[in-house]
This record gives sequence, structure tokens and C-alpha cells, in this order.
Amino acid sequence: MNTIVCVKLVPEVADAELVLLEDGSDIEREDLVLDINEWDSFAVEEAVRLKEAHGGEVTAVTLGDDDAEDVLRRALAMGADRAVRIDAAAFAGTDAMGIARGLAAAIRGRPFDLVLAGAQAADDGWAAVGPMLAQLLALPYATLVVGIEVAGGKVRVERELESSCREKVELDLPALLTVQTGINQPRYVSVMGIRKARAIAIEQSAAGALGLGEGGPRASCVAGRRLFLPEKGKGAQMLSGSMEAICGRAAEIIRERVGGVK
Amino acid sequence: MSEILVLCEHRRGALREVSFELLALGRRLAGGERAVCALLLGHGAAVLGEKLCAAADRVLLVEDAGLDAYDAEPYLAALEAVILARRPALLLVAHSAVGMDLAPALAARAGLPLVTDCLDVQLAQGALEVVRRELAGKVGARLRLAAAGTHLVTVRPGCFPAAPQGGKAAAVERLPAPDRGSRRGRRLLGYADLALGDVDISAAPVLVAVGRGVGKPENLAAVESFARAVGATLCCSRPVADKGWLPKSRQVGTSGSVVKPKLYLAFGISGAYQHVAGMRQAETIIAVNKDPSAPIFEVAHYGIAADMFEVLPALQARLTRAS
Repeated sequence: MNTIVCVKLVPEVADAELVLLEDGSDIEREDLVLDINEWDSFAVEEAVRLKEAHGGEVTAVTLGDDDAEDVLRRALAMGADRAVRIDAAAFAGTDAMGIARGLAAAIRGRPFDLVLAGAQAADDGWAAVGPMLAQLLALPYATLVVGIEVAGGKVRVERELESSCREKVELDLPALLTVQTGINQPRYVSVMGIRKARAIAIEQSAAGALGLGEGGPRASCVAGRRLFLPEKGKGAQMLSGSMEAICGRAAEIIRERVGGVK
Repeated sequence: MSEILVLCEHRRGALREVSFELLALGRRLAGGERAVCALLLGHGAAVLGEKLCAAADRVLLVEDAGLDAYDAEPYLAALEAVILARRPALLLVAHSAVGMDLAPALAARAGLPLVTDCLDVQLAQGALEVVRRELAGKVGARLRLAAAGTHLVTVRPGCFPAAPQGGKAAAVERLPAPDRGSRRGRRLLGYADLALGDVDISAAPVLVAVGRGVGKPENLAAVESFARAVGATLCCSRPVADKGWLPKSRQVGTSGSVVKPKLYLAFGISGAYQHVAGMRQAETIIAVNKDPSAPIFEVAHYGIAADMFEVLPALQARLTRAS
């Protein structure tokens, strides 16, 4: 059971005060902490569990700059055997399809039974690369997967639908799955564990060597992009003052609305 | 002018509400100049097609046993054929469990430009512009799409008021069923519903909801005791259920329960749209989050930008004090 798992390094934005660049092309990224995309950590854990159950190897692949090697080291520390980085420089400004082409070129030719990816990335949230990659690799696929069972050259999965409903799907292997959060509990890896993973060489894969033609990897369906910060607390009346005053007012509101509690 | 196609979603014999939202958006984008066509893939689905007549200029029906329920391969084959035959200006698809599965694969297969999870869509002089959110909803993005014959757009559910159902205005047109060859190996086996939990959170008049901000499972006790003291039912957002700190049956949101309590007190919930979709209809929402830019404050009626662990005891004391 050889699994390739696609991973991405993303900024952590919970509790961060985000600032836009003056031209609205991006946010200020310098002070943001980077970490593995949350969905991808579940995908890596799933890949490692499949290896533990069925044998084989796990290869982590990312498309990113030098810093993105951190996400590969995390995957290695979690139990991946190999890591491949596609240099992102040639892909600047590309869209989901461009990213999928880069990943497809790096994956093609490697032996695998399964490709796993996070259902979406926490930063731009397109949720598009996984199914696109499946098309480029001519694989059956399923998205938003919350349960995986491999047996007899097939994989049975559960997809998470709306309203506590799940869809059961069977796929022939090799296949591609995108993983939803909560499918497992990703194992903890220590800083020491990540440091140890430095001993494993990361394979470099340049866009030029991947033979990407057709408009080049920079092609995008997006012609213009301008960011804005949504108005803070728009809609909510923010309660301010001392903690005592805030909670006094909140208690009044609660009493008004539900006639007191208990 | 080329038409706007709206893929209408159905599950277990019922159309999904989002289909009518997309039809309303399609109508707005058509601006009286383009036809809005409701596209329905199914088996014995003519009865569903009738419900779409008021909201569309035409209802296009593709029927085949393989299209009875959403199944990626037959759906992709059918949609690719429809797009090739009709060359619509726009195909609108919900950013739902079906749309997220289908649209990117269709874009890759049919060579269409795709933009996903749009909160707004504008079509002016044939130029397509959309509004999205990035970075956990904290940043907005206005995108202008490069010119193309057909654009594929997925739209976030809940962003547009639904078009009316029923009516007899539109004609139902049957399109040929797709070729059954060359399908990749994926088969739909069926559906499973998650078991109900010990408590039906959708029936509770007062809910105390806890999110990622609780930090660690040991901290849950403080929220539980607050909920008990004020007579509320405890529920949670996705990260808390994902970690197994509370059962999945307590999860509020798109994939869990939709709740409409009199009062919803949200502690440490950032406000991912999947969560918001499950609680925005609460009569009164009070949100506590230490991040003043958390998107939860866009939907809450009252906001407290503070540490939930300072608010919990202070608010509990105020609420339980004899008045």
C-alpha cells in the first residue's frame, strides 16, 4: 500500500490581526506563524495509519518555497518515508489547475495505490486541487472523506454530506481521496521529532523538469484579484467596558430575551 | 446571448434549498437578457422538475438510472455533454458536498475555468467578477475572471434568498442521457445517517456553544458547569467534535445540526461559515471570542471581545445572582 500525500504550508490566522499590503494584492505575511494545513495533517495521519496496517511507503509532496520543507519534515516526523518538494517559484500567480498540473507531473511515474490530500486549504480555501489532480492522473476519486477501508484492490469510503448524512462510495485502486477533518486524531510530533526528520533528504523537483507546457505553469483563470478586510464586528453590537460592566449588560440582554435563565 | 445554467441538487427525492438560491442568483445575473435554465440530472425526476418551473425559463432534464442519486462519474459524463452541446455563459453549482466533489473534476475534464465558494457573483458586459473569503473568513477577495466561453462557479449556500418553488411557466425539455462507457471506478453504495445523540440540541431553547478557543479538553468543564448553572444545553463547533471532546451529535453546522434557539451563547467560536450556517437563525446570538476580527462577530447580535475563561465565571455570577 503505497500512498502519496499532498501537503501545504499555510499561515495560522486564528487570533492574528491581519494587515493588507497597500496594493491589496496580499496580506502582510512576515509575522504570521506557518504550519501544516489542518486538513493535510489528517491526510498524513491517515496515510501513515494505512502504512501501519497494510505495509508500503508514504511519500509526502508539496509545492512551495524553501520554507515549505517544514511541512514535509512534519510529515516525515509523523511517519512518511519520503518527501518531494516542487519549487513554487515557477508557479507564481497560477490557479488551482496549475497547482494540480505541478503535483500531477511530480506524482506521475511514481508507484502508488492511493493519493491523499486535504479536502481544502485553510488559506485560499478553493477545495479544488484534489479532484483536478484526480482527473489529470485519470484516477477515480472521492472528496470530503471521513472514513477509509482498504480491501481487495478496492477502497470503501464515507463522504461527509450535509445534515449528519454520509455517502458510502466504493472505488477501484489506485484512487485519490480528499480528507475531511475529524477522520482521525493526528499524532503529536515533537520539535525533536521534526528535527530528527532533517536526516531524510528532500527530493527537489523543478517545474522545468516536469515538462509543463500549455500556457506554462503560471496560467490562471483569475485575471485580477484584490483583497479587502471585512468590517470588524459588522452586525454585532460589541459590549465594552470593564468585565463586570460587560457581563452585567450581557446578563440584562439574556434576561430580556429569554426571561432569565433557569 | 448564451444562457445561464443552474445545476439543481436533490437528495433522497427532495430538491435542496440551495438550488433555489442559485436560481435566484441566476435570474439576477441574467438581467432579462439571458435565459436561466434549471438543469436537473436524475431518474424519474420530472416531478422535481415541475417544482423548478417558476424559477427558471427552461427546465433541462437528463434522465438515466445512473443519475438517480449523485454519483461522480455519471454526473460528470452528463454535465460534460450538456456543456459541449449548449455552451452556456455560466454554470452555477452549489459549494456543497456534491458541488465540491463535482465542480473541480468537471472543470479539469471539460477545460473550464473554475472559481469556487463565491459569496457574490457579478456579470457586467460579459465580464465575471466574484467575491470570496480567504484565511478562515478573515479576508475578502474580489476576483475578476479571465474571459472565457463558459465559466464554472460554485456558490456558498445561504448567500442568496431562495427563488419561489412550483409554477408552470417554464417548459421541461429532455436532453439525451450520457454514454455509459469509459467511467472510472467509483460506485455509490448508499447513505448512512449518524445516530442521534443523548440530547436533541435542535430542540433546546438556550444553547451554550463551545469552539476551538476552549483550547484543551480539561477546559471543557468550565463551559459545562456554566451551561448547567444557567440551564442551557451544551453544543459545539466542528473542531471540538473532530477532537472527540464532545460527541458529533452535539455539533452545530452544515454537516451536523441546524439550530434555531431563542438564545445562542458562543464561546471561543471563530465563525467558520459551515458553523454559522447552522446557527444564524437563532433569535439572539451573543458571541465571546478573544479575537475582535473573528467572523463570528459578523453574525452575532452582541459581541464580547475577551477571554472566554474570564467571561464565563463573571457572567455566571451575574445570571445566577438572585434578582
